[in-house]
Amino acid sequence: MKAILALADGRYFTGRSLGALGEISGEVVFNTSMAGYQEILTDPSYRGEIVTMTYPQIGNTGINLEDVESRQPFLSAFVVKESCPFPSNWRSQMSLDAYLKAQGIVGIEGIDTRALVRHIRDHGAQTGIVSSVDLDPDSLIEKARKAPSIVGQDLVQEVSCQQQYAWDQGVWNLAEGYTDASNIKRPLKVVAFDFGIKQNILRNLTTAGCEVTVVPATTSAETVMEMAPDGVFLSNGPGDPEPITYAQETIKQLLGKVPLFGICLGHQLLSIALGGKTFKLKFGHRGGNQPVLDKATGRVEITSQNHGFAVDMQSLNDEIEVSHINLNDQTVEGIRHKAYPAFSVQYHPEASPGPHDAHYLFARFIDMIKEFKKNQG
Amino acid sequence: MPKRTDIKKILIIGAGPIVIGQACEFDYSGTQACKALKEEGFEVILLNSNPATIMTDPDFADRTYVEPVNPEILTKIIEQERPDALLPTLGGQTALNTAVAVAEDGTLEKYGVELIGANLQAIQKAEDRTLFKAAMDRIGLSVPRSGLAHNYQEAMEIIEDIGFPAIIRPSFTLGGTGGGIAYNLDEYKEMTIAGIDASPTDEILIEESVIGWKEYELEVMRDTADNVVIICSIENLDAMGVHTGDSITIAPAQTLTDKEYQILRNASLAIIREIGVDTGGSNVQFGINPRDGRLVVIEMNPRVSRSSALASKATGFPIAKIAAKLAVGYRLDEIHNDITRETLASFEPTIDYVVTKIPRYTFEKFPQADARLTTQMKSVGEVMAIGRTFKESFQKALRSLEIGSHGLESRLFDCPDDYQRSLSTSELNELRQNLSVPNADRIWHLADAMRAGFSIDEIYQLSGIDPWFLNNIKQILEMETLLATQKNHVTNGDENCRELLLEAKKYGFSDRRLASLWEITEEDVRQLRHKFNIRPVFKRVDTCGAEFVAHTPYLYSTYEEECEAEPTDKRKIMILGGGPNRIG
Repeated sequence: MKAILALADGRYFTGRSLGALGEISGEVVFNTSMAGYQEILTDPSYRGEIVTMTYPQIGNTGINLEDVESRQPFLSAFVVKESCPFPSNWRSQMSLDAYLKAQGIVGIEGIDTRALVRHIRDHGAQTGIVSSVDLDPDSLIEKARKAPSIVGQDLVQEVSCQQQYAWDQGVWNLAEGYTDASNIKRPLKVVAFDFGIKQNILRNLTTAGCEVTVVPATTSAETVMEMAPDGVFLSNGPGDPEPITYAQETIKQLLGKVPLFGICLGHQLLSIALGGKTFKLKFGHRGGNQPVLDKATGRVEITSQNHGFAVDMQSLNDEIEVSHINLNDQTVEGIRHKAYPAFSVQYHPEASPGPHDAHYLFARFIDMIKEFKKNQG
Repeated sequence: MPKRTDIKKILIIGAGPIVIGQACEFDYSGTQACKALKEEGFEVILLNSNPATIMTDPDFADRTYVEPVNPEILTKIIEQERPDALLPTLGGQTALNTAVAVAEDGTLEKYGVELIGANLQAIQKAEDRTLFKAAMDRIGLSVPRSGLAHNYQEAMEIIEDIGFPAIIRPSFTLGGTGGGIAYNLDEYKEMTIAGIDASPTDEILIEESVIGWKEYELEVMRDTADNVVIICSIENLDAMGVHTGDSITIAPAQTLTDKEYQILRNASLAIIREIGVDTGGSNVQFGINPRDGRLVVIEMNPRVSRSSALASKATGFPIAKIAAKLAVGYRLDEIHNDITRETLASFEPTIDYVVTKIPRYTFEKFPQADARLTTQMKSVGEVMAIGRTFKESFQKALRSLEIGSHGLESRLFDCPDDYQRSLSTSELNELRQNLSVPNADRIWHLADAMRAGFSIDEIYQLSGIDPWFLNNIKQILEMETLLATQKNHVTNGDENCRELLLEAKKYGFSDRRLASLWEITEEDVRQLRHKFNIRPVFKRVDTCGAEFVAHTPYLYSTYEEECEAEPTDKRKIMILGGGPNRIG
């Protein structure tokens, strides 16, 4: 079955349909991770994105019941060079194609993905459309032009949970799978804002000794403080941080009252709450090989990233210290407030997928909470 | 930390003569190191007995000693030259062993020569099986059950615990010389005695067999600031039991989920730190049980290895060159990535193609040699091919071997109609034998087994080759069958055949192989291709999956939409290389 991916600037690629049949628009981006497509598919931060994998053979290990990062895939469409119909891995339950069909996710395969990626690199991420219904390139290009841009949209509310819930699953290991933490003593109470949270963040917090309650993105500071948390976590999430004004307000109110730790969108929202500004990157950082310098230790960590917006370094005032920078393009990768217990990173210390080099940040959060408690007496 | 200024003169040891198990890859790494150190302004002294190497060209070192690579000569050169440092990690096992000898006998200390790259303790920890096992225990990693023997009696005690089949690995030998797999007591006796004899320390390791497990390798680099990156993961098509130098290997790893890959990555980081390789590249080999993912560490090379050369070419990341710079004090984030220019060496390459390496053998020149592939390396050379899929890179590699093969030709059947015939019992037995006992031609026998109707599962049971590879090979054979049925349409130049021909080219079929399937000439296929405007494009190897612009002209052909070759109008000269190493 034929399918076409068309870009707003007029370039189009003809390939074969993968997953569900249909038509959907979104921002066309690429991810350079060679493994971890299942985690990428289920990362809510991809809401509104048509995700292209630069590695050409995707689906080799199939889909299993464990490697999920949220309740369902939230991305618009999935683009690969060749999807594997015969997965081979002891944990595999079904093929990529079967999974995408079951989840109603539209995909395309058999196109020159490298040409597409080079085009996005040179011309910037842009709106595109994938269709197996309409096969007229001109009509699809026109539709792509009319489709809304993700800039200025609130995508957070499309992925956030509606009601708060408790989390008690720890991190994965080979022998046991995910560990059950329900009977393990977890002395610290953490409230985690769900702007589109990846479950591995919750698992890492849990294993680090936190009793985690996940709350919807629109939860007020008052409600959070009534829960008397030892720390508050600001999650990753999709799209543009600027229109998420309700969360920026909430963060302002929480600042200084409770230790804060933010990841990705949570980092951008904290930065805006602290008076900073964000801007859209040409094509973003998405992959598992981005080098980040921890300015405190001078060490380089290889990080997992997924973001299209970044914090403008010039916009940050004197109260804020830039703690981490990206060694590829010198953009802000982490900040720390000099007076209040609050820090955040642009990348993903929870990995999944990607390297585990930045796991130490969960310990840093715990230390900050303990320090704050001690000072509170 | 920038370049060290306390050392000025560096001695590099080459690999000596090319032998089986140690070919020109160490000339490549040594040459890279000489160049890098000279660029940095160091005085480079080279010892290498092999005149047929690039590194012994007058331009590459300040002074080159074409002398035997042994501790006596090395000592004399040290006496004469008084270098500040000795870099032993770029000339393979020979260089490493020679350096260890002059470190242990006190020569280095006597003349104040510092071992850079890897120190003596790290080399010993990686190379001595007992120390290595203890080191792995400390970081919670398993190794196969094993014991050390110095004589036949000790070997007999060990086998009672381990059972057959058992793997015999002599200590401190290159390419696994003198080692093997023993399936019974007779073989065991013969191999243990030969192994003890081959080892310079009269020592062998007898190891639990993890034959049939999946085998992986990771190339790791570390700098003085303890930054560690993985350059490349490699998955062996041949399961454990075949020396990695004799295995068909694929980069990157194909059948690991991210969770499983990160286990290997974390283990590799822990290993290079625990072993204590201060700077430079190391290679770590793992076995994974395909049923439950259980992991064992097979070995670690505390130096640039054969796989490093492959990983460098597979990713575009020059491991030897960077290793040399790290050895003199640079950090990974102080070195630029030559390919992208704007990014640094402190990142992990990501690739958007598949690389296949196939070893080349010369058994026809040694009729007495045992052609079974074991833990002792027997290949004399290798080829590497790049394609956008495994199928394409695999078929390109097959025809690069220069052994008269242009694809998966049948060894058993005359023509496609012949596939239907029932094989005789002896033919079947031979075929099964050729699948279960690794050999140089196994991949062609495997194709014949598929043609003869063996199931993927049956072939997997016999060969231990992961079904992912088998299914890809099956797709190639299904394409062959489809191509054969379309013979008349194709030879008539039917326009509808364009898609099929294009698909075949994307699968990596050579024109020559297509010609034989269609019983026409290679030139006919070429003309047909041109008539349909099916031509290869060239894509760049750029270390980054196209995230950044590439400046190094390192390309591979494939059948896709966009060509990145950007040739100039200048007049050009083409130079042809020699292809894979072979004898003669």
